[in-house]
Amino acid sequence: MTPELILFFVLAGVALAGAINLIVQTHPIHSALSLIVVMVALAGIYLLLGAELLAAVQIIVYAGAIMVLFVFTIMLLNAGEEERTSWSRAATWVGIPLAVLLTVVLGWRMAQSGPVPVLAAETGSVSRRLSELLFTSYVFPFELTSILILVAILGAVVLAKRDF
Amino acid sequence: MSAFLASYADLLISVVKVLAVMLVLLTTVAYLSWFERKVVAHMQSRWGPERVGPYGLVQPLADGAKFLFKEDPTPEGVDRFVYFFAPFLALALAMSTIAVIPLGPGQLEIFGHRTWFSVAEVDLSLLVVFALTALSVYGVALAGWASNSKYPLLGGLRSSAQMLSYELSMTMSVVGIVLMTNTFSLRQIVEAQRGGHGGLQHWFFLSQFLGFVCFSISAVAETNRAPFDLVEAEQELVGGFHTEYASFKFAMFFMAEYAAMVTVSLMVSVLFFGGYLSPFPDTPAFHWTWYLPAASALAGGAALFFNGIRYHTPQGRMVLPVIALVLIGVGVLCALPAVIGVIQGPFWLAAKVFVLLFTYVWLRGTLPRLRYDQLMNFGWKFLLPLSLANVLLTSLLLARSFSS
Repeated sequence: MTPELILFFVLAGVALAGAINLIVQTHPIHSALSLIVVMVALAGIYLLLGAELLAAVQIIVYAGAIMVLFVFTIMLLNAGEEERTSWSRAATWVGIPLAVLLTVVLGWRMAQSGPVPVLAAETGSVSRRLSELLFTSYVFPFELTSILILVAILGAVVLAKRDF
Repeated sequence: MSAFLASYADLLISVVKVLAVMLVLLTTVAYLSWFERKVVAHMQSRWGPERVGPYGLVQPLADGAKFLFKEDPTPEGVDRFVYFFAPFLALALAMSTIAVIPLGPGQLEIFGHRTWFSVAEVDLSLLVVFALTALSVYGVALAGWASNSKYPLLGGLRSSAQMLSYELSMTMSVVGIVLMTNTFSLRQIVEAQRGGHGGLQHWFFLSQFLGFVCFSISAVAETNRAPFDLVEAEQELVGGFHTEYASFKFAMFFMAEYAAMVTVSLMVSVLFFGGYLSPFPDTPAFHWTWYLPAASALAGGAALFFNGIRYHTPQGRMVLPVIALVLIGVGVLCALPAVIGVIQGPFWLAAKVFVLLFTYVWLRGTLPRLRYDQLMNFGWKFLLPLSLANVLLTSLLLARSFSS
């Protein structure tokens, strides 16, 4: 086993353990923390793949910004332990078979497809290549996403200002 | 044995580098608390620590021992795992940033092995620093929440809001530099400040003055230091997020704060003050500046020696001259031809960091604390637009220089 492979299994194990812990934990803060562990472990896997920019962005945006807001909200709402109702039991009975089905379908598709050709960054660094793509071929989706985010920010401001 | 050493040389060198940097960082953190108390005390016409050892120099050790042996009660109703985990997270994140910061120029040669003059050489080191900063919010926020107490919770919420707000302007204020240098690597950012023959006119605090102002202000806010230390406003929140922490867990938050001060000062000097570059031009007329590290150690040693032999306690009269002699020895060592080239980078970096740390303490001794709404207004309505304006201005100027 190469060191990379060992590292991959360690990171994948951490990510899986975090994901399972996320579901099993009854307290929202613990679940949120497990989600952060999953994201950091995924960032490690991206690093192993040589996608350094993606790893950094994964931590800055997901683990840093978005999850801080999650934790913030949970802390502010002072959410307590999760309660078990008849609905949650029903969700268990429907959810587990669906999850197994999803895993099987995804695994089957992945086993069928061959190795994906890796886009080697021959010209310049990865970040340069990414920004070139973003501002030439994909400039329309990029601008569209920006406008979408702007609208969401305006909506949030309007909602927050309503009681004035 | 030698074959083993040869095959694992890179690993060994890495371990040695990590240990050396950790040792220096931890000593700096310990003596930074002494330095801060001493400087603030003299600004307020007091003496500061002077009982434990000459000039109070053993005070950090005494504090450390006190923290280790104090009773460590765990309040009832805390969330045990998060309560114990938060101080570790805070300290680990605060101390790991230094790994990607370039400490000297180029590569070092140790027993025939070449290695970069930094703990880890990463292409995207600037992004790594921001990723670690983004995660450091959790230490404070989780500590406040897990304590299961009102004031720490308020302190933790305040700090997360503050760190999130100022992180934005801190990140935006660096975009100008990234645009000018076309890189995320801190080492290349430093090298871009070398210019033709070196000298401080190429440093980014001149060409990126707005960015420098934004970055240094938001960096102070990001480390929760005065005048932005609302997190621990005693009048309002008792002790802020660490109210329920005692003994060594409290000490860990304390160390994390000082380590963050050191790394932020390192970042400011790397981004805006040329990092390990000398402020003097790289011409033969300025070759004498190579002896400045040796000269400053010798001068410091001599001053300490003459003050030491006249110190008012017999113990001090014994210890201080010995420390002075060690300093003089270091000075002589720095003048040796084998060392003089290697010591230049770390010396200038350390000198810049020292000045910035002094400024940090100076701010604390001078400015009153901001009110919470003032803090938020300042961050969102002044600093963020200013840093955005800096991005706009820099890109316009760059576009003009490209087209002409």
